[in-house]
Amino acid sequence: MKIPSRSIFAGVLATAMVLVGSAVQAKSLTLCWAAWDPANALVELSKDFTKQSGIEMKFEFVPWTSYADRFLNELNSHSKLCDLIIGDSQWVGGAAENGHYVKLNDFFDKNGIKMSDFAAPTVVGYSEWPKNTPNYWALPAMGDAVGWTYRKDWFGRPELRAEFKTKYGRDLAPPTNWDEFLQVAKFFQNRVIDGKKVYGAYIFTERGSEGITMGVTNVLYDYGFQYDNPKKPYDLNGFVNSPGAVKGLEIYKQIFDCCTAPGMTNAYMSEGLDAFKSGQVAMQMNWFAFFPGLYKAMGPDKIGFFVNPAGPAGHFTQLGGQGLSVVSYSDNRADALQYMKWFAQPAVQKKWWSLGGYSCLNSVLNDPSFPSSTPFAADFLASMNMVKDFWAEPIYATLLLDMQKRIHDYVVANKGTAQDALNGLTKDWTRDFKDAGK
Amino acid sequence: MALPHASMSAAKIPDMIEVSSAAAARPGQSIRSGGISDRGIAWLFITPTILLLLAINIFPLIWTVRMSLTNYKANMGWMKYRFVGIENYVDILTDPDIWDAMQTTARFVFWSISLEVLLGFGLALLINRKFRGHSFWTTVILLPMMLSPAVVGNFWTFLFQPQSGLFNYVVSFFTGIDPASFQMIGDVKLAPWSIVLVDVWMWTPYVMLICLAGLRSIPDYIYEAAEVDRASVWRRFWSVTLPMVMPFLMLAVLFRGIENFKMFDMVNLLTNGGPGSLTETVSITLKRAAFEKWQTGWSSALAIILFLTVFGAANIYIKVLNSVKRR
Repeated sequence: MKIPSRSIFAGVLATAMVLVGSAVQAKSLTLCWAAWDPANALVELSKDFTKQSGIEMKFEFVPWTSYADRFLNELNSHSKLCDLIIGDSQWVGGAAENGHYVKLNDFFDKNGIKMSDFAAPTVVGYSEWPKNTPNYWALPAMGDAVGWTYRKDWFGRPELRAEFKTKYGRDLAPPTNWDEFLQVAKFFQNRVIDGKKVYGAYIFTERGSEGITMGVTNVLYDYGFQYDNPKKPYDLNGFVNSPGAVKGLEIYKQIFDCCTAPGMTNAYMSEGLDAFKSGQVAMQMNWFAFFPGLYKAMGPDKIGFFVNPAGPAGHFTQLGGQGLSVVSYSDNRADALQYMKWFAQPAVQKKWWSLGGYSCLNSVLNDPSFPSSTPFAADFLASMNMVKDFWAEPIYATLLLDMQKRIHDYVVANKGTAQDALNGLTKDWTRDFKDAGK
Repeated sequence: MALPHASMSAAKIPDMIEVSSAAAARPGQSIRSGGISDRGIAWLFITPTILLLLAINIFPLIWTVRMSLTNYKANMGWMKYRFVGIENYVDILTDPDIWDAMQTTARFVFWSISLEVLLGFGLALLINRKFRGHSFWTTVILLPMMLSPAVVGNFWTFLFQPQSGLFNYVVSFFTGIDPASFQMIGDVKLAPWSIVLVDVWMWTPYVMLICLAGLRSIPDYIYEAAEVDRASVWRRFWSVTLPMVMPFLMLAVLFRGIENFKMFDMVNLLTNGGPGSLTETVSITLKRAAFEKWQTGWSSALAIILFLTVFGAANIYIKVLNSVKRR
């Protein structure tokens, strides 16, 4: 049989096209992050990048409870799994010092990405190591902080408002300081609303990862807790366990003892969302990142938002959120940087916010329409201007576990006093820093 | 059919006699026709086992001892570590948190074993009698110990859920207490008991089996002699049953003691050491140090201390057990 030369040519061309096509298709990047609502928004957003660049985006999302363990192990083992990683703010020190992240200064300079275009606290929190120096290891990607939700419908009930006014001599409203918070929480605790017993507040109490630390710091900061002596780094005594810090810890325990639902002894983000959605609590502590989904699920009549209450020593809140970094072990560094360049564009950042991610870009945050764009946007802006973060040292995991143990022992397990807990923590951290040669 | 030796040539017979006499003189040195001695064959069989033991037991043990004298961190294997001598050991033995964890472990071992022995022995006395449905009930009683501790930990976690767990409803049914008013796992007072309860539920059948073996080993004629002597049931129990079963009971205590001292899976699944560090047994402390804080050197030292503790206690106990058996 004789095969026509035209057919042979067509066959060769088709094979070549398939091979070239598969080579183009094979270009892909893997982005690692936690499995939560904003991650779904990022999947949606990244479709635009694939359209523009032809680079396929793969995602490795793991639940929050194993997020740190899993990805820190990947980094420490120099794994090539993640080309890009959205890592927690506390990781930046270890990732920078151990060479896990690519240093981005030159890349930013070459591509006109200016850190001054991003909200200052997010740059310090997510990108810089050492802190407050122009050494950048991540692009601020997902701004976040602890905020509060409250049952707007319950707060608006005339009979409850009247009763509250009679009892406390002021209107029933979202609390602005911790004294007011305790009053409101006690007011709702064990109250029967619509035939169901409800509770005052939901706070973080989780023991295994970072929960109770991310909760208690919101009160500790307001009462004067400091990580170390501002004039002498790593000098802890009298700062971690200052009288103000002790008082703050006692307040957190008081909230736990008086005003939380039974069984909330090891609860973090998802338990809080469930408790609030099911009408179990009047006020809920949680990360702003969850508020778009929560607002969508509950509707405008039932849910309201407020910033973390203030205390006698100031008005602060716990920083959450993450920066986007390029993993230094990746074989696709150029493509990963291309993704970062694309992600930093103002138009992409605007879309990121509209999809449910929290942009850190000033042009998005300072847009006059931003505060009114969602019911929680103004509170988010206010919160991002009063954030404080946990240690970002390379040994942050050890420091975090020590704090988890000391705080949980006191708040949940009734072990010792607040002073004992913070003295113990000071001792633990001093030893940890000594071991780390600091 | 000719027997194999019948076909041997006469020339080989003196050789065999020589070999046999040599074997008789030095046992284990006989040489087979293929040229390998009995001792050689014995070595051939046991060498793989010895190598395996060296690889998976002895080498890790020596390695752990070496690690315990350093400040090595396994998650930062590329970083240089330094020799710290016995610093880790001193640190552990002077750490009040470790002693807290040791006390928690001791309390847990004491209560779980006491209850398991009491209930296991009682059940063995029951099962030792013949009654209707005997085989069925024996199987039912043995079921918990056949399950994986991971499965047991998980489903008891569900059973203990205050809102939806069956356990609270059963307690409520018998006591009238509101099922949502208490919780086993998160409550400061109840959490330690929740672990003891699950351990007793799972391992009482194991103790029962050992006790049953002891009861079945008592010859009937001893009871018959006691009956002839008009010994009461109570007297027979104290003077015959208990002394005869005692070595078996002690063996059960030894096995359960060693197991419970290093108990990890159930505690990890049920309470993960919480609330606070109230149920943090020493194995949970070890896991946290080794795989959460990545203090590999420090945790190796703790592992060695635990090993020596269990090894020493077990040896003392075995000596006591032997003296009881001799009586």
